[in-house]
Amino acid sequence: METALDILSWVLLLGGGAFVIIGGVGLLRLPDFYTRLHAAGMTDTLGAGLIILGMMVEGGLSLVTVKLVLLGALIFLTSPTATHAIANAAFTAGLEPWTGDDGAAADQGEASSSKA
Amino acid sequence: MFTAAAAAILITMFLALIRLFAGPTLYDRVLAVNSFGTKTVLLIGVMGFLSERPEFLDIALLYALINFITTIAILKFFRYRALGDAPDRKHRTDAWKRLSIS
Repeated sequence: METALDILSWVLLLGGGAFVIIGGVGLLRLPDFYTRLHAAGMTDTLGAGLIILGMMVEGGLSLVTVKLVLLGALIFLTSPTATHAIANAAFTAGLEPWTGDDGAAADQGEASSSKA
Repeated sequence: MFTAAAAAILITMFLALIRLFAGPTLYDRVLAVNSFGTKTVLLIGVMGFLSERPEFLDIALLYALINFITTIAILKFFRYRALGDAPDRKHRTDAWKRLSIS
């Protein structure tokens, strides 16, 4: 039983770590602000959720797990809200999404950054 | 196993820092700060388990709250150039007139 729980927690933590790294690479490598927002926002919720779930399995039935449930609920509520707020603010300020028409994607943000 | 998770989180924090310094827009930086904050919360929790002191989770909870409020406050400041009530176009306060650029 103990070993099974350890293996479950190991898998959850490793999966969460993999998602977190994928999100970080996406945040660095993707061509445009909105795509980077997508990479960071989506993987934030899943990676953080998996890592917190792994810690819950390790914590067992105790006060630690109660705190982890609170932390998980907080991240689940605030992370999408913050992502939406950033996207909304950028769109209202006039940052144009990259549609792939022109080849120069990397410096696309420079032109509209002066409006911010 | 917590070591592997902590290493993954640290690598991601480094990548987010590169994006934070590279920019190019304000919103990229805000996104990087928000992502960095979430990773900090996770790292504090994992480090608590690594050092066998899960009481660190209290600090992680506090940090999660502060991180969210920071993001919203930065966005609000750069939109309205003031942190009080959202300025009304008809009844601008003197302070807002001074701070406002446009």
